[in-house]
Amino acid sequence: MTARVHPVAGIIAALARAVSGVQVRRVGDKPSGSQSIYFANHTSHLDFVVLWSALPSEVRARTRPVAAKDYWSTGIKLFLAQSVFRAVLVDRKRIASQEAGEIRPHAGAFAVIDQMAEALGETDSLIIFPEGTRGSGETVAPFRSGLFHLAKKRPQVELVPVYLENLNRILPKGEILPVPLVSLLTFGPPLRVGETEDKNAFLERARAAVCDLRRKKEV
Amino acid sequence: MDLLPTVGMEGTRDFASGMRDAKLFWLFGGVLALLVVATLVGWLMRRSAKTDAARAVTDNLNARTRAWWKMSAIFAATLLVGRAGTLALFGLLSLLALREYVTLVPTRRGDHRTLFWSFFIITPLQYYLVAIGWYGFFSILIPVFAFVFVPTRIALAGDTEHFLERAAKIQFGLMICAYCLSHAPALLILQIPGFAGHNARLLLFLVLIDQMSDVLQYVWGKLLGRHKIAPAVSPNKTWEGFLGGVLTATLLGAGLWWATPFTPWQAAGMSFVICLLGFAGGLVMSGIKRDAGVKDFGAVIEGHGGILDRIDSLCFAAPIFFHLVRYFFVA
Repeated sequence: MTARVHPVAGIIAALARAVSGVQVRRVGDKPSGSQSIYFANHTSHLDFVVLWSALPSEVRARTRPVAAKDYWSTGIKLFLAQSVFRAVLVDRKRIASQEAGEIRPHAGAFAVIDQMAEALGETDSLIIFPEGTRGSGETVAPFRSGLFHLAKKRPQVELVPVYLENLNRILPKGEILPVPLVSLLTFGPPLRVGETEDKNAFLERARAAVCDLRRKKEV
Repeated sequence: MDLLPTVGMEGTRDFASGMRDAKLFWLFGGVLALLVVATLVGWLMRRSAKTDAARAVTDNLNARTRAWWKMSAIFAATLLVGRAGTLALFGLLSLLALREYVTLVPTRRGDHRTLFWSFFIITPLQYYLVAIGWYGFFSILIPVFAFVFVPTRIALAGDTEHFLERAAKIQFGLMICAYCLSHAPALLILQIPGFAGHNARLLLFLVLIDQMSDVLQYVWGKLLGRHKIAPAVSPNKTWEGFLGGVLTATLLGAGLWWATPFTPWQAAGMSFVICLLGFAGGLVMSGIKRDAGVKDFGAVIEGHGGILDRIDSLCFAAPIFFHLVRYFFVA
């Protein structure tokens, strides 16, 4: 399947790189370049656009962000999400009502996992933010379980940890105008779920893999 | 707003006079000759380098030379476009320098709006005021108006943690990156009797002496450097490099008197001041970098680091040179 790249995509990627001044750093083994799930800390609306724009264009063409349906559901945002980013829009309310015990897993979180697995297909990659929501940037919140279930369902896909630094300063939660500082994006070495690894152990290991990429101040 | 068309027309006139200014082209020719010599020397050094360490040093040197070609070409092109082009270039440099500075200096969530003002209102306004030649306003916009505005805006945001440090850091960034640097293109608006239409040469003189002072201090330091000046702040600055660089750059400046409104002795004195302040600027910005625990402000210029690493000396030299010229040579 050839990836459908919207003509606007290149412009948006260039703009995102300019505003975020993103510098890309790689730690450890280079990912094989096959199908990947990029999972990152989440502090800003710019996060996925910047991560997406930092990928080489041929990888970017087959990488889709997983985003919240409630946020990306109207007007230009819907156009961008559907046509430019080919976003996988998931229903956060479904997950919440399942967790509250109102509906059964098959209608809630598991349906979302199926949706993501289907989106991966045979060639595509995903960008996900397992914290589920944006944080302040000081700490990385515990991961939701979707990453684990998805990884179990598609064990051949590489899980690539990513740490995004300074985007919370460029466009923090609650602001609409960006301050164009320089951001740093670090790709870490890929990981996989162990055969016998349990959910909580894996999620904690994945979270630690993201936190480890935080640049140490060399004072 | 009837000022704008005037600026536009002056811009065209600058362009025409810039193209006809033979002495400006002699200066460009000199820079070109320096670049050719540096490229040849670098090429010969790379060929004769035997050890890995020597190859690493010459590779870095050649990367710096390549970057000098690009920077010189951009600067020469904007000088020829005239006042508008030069102001646009320096305005952009101010924004990029401020970006590197704020990235390095910790700010808090409550500073977001103040930073937005700094980038998108205060800095452009500073350059607009320089562009329309309103000396009385551009010389106080940041030291007076921004000085009052910045802490007020931070206070309104309601976060008092490290309040004084945050206000001081933002004000310092605006002073260095926007205010000080804007005095370099402000040389273009000075009205010097008998020098009308040639101010581009004065700006080129400042930038050339300032940057050559950096280069010559580096070269002398590499050749003879033994005694460190401030090892805790900047390990590469030595007395030998400092004295050799300042003296040779001052001699170079004296030799370029014919392109300026100065006599040879005055040109030497001005160059000496530019060199000393350039050194001070580099030292102060090194102090900030050490405090933040980094070597460079960025990595956008190959071999040099960030924009602010390249122009730190200019930030200190430009306002003092501007005021010396204004006090002694403007009628």
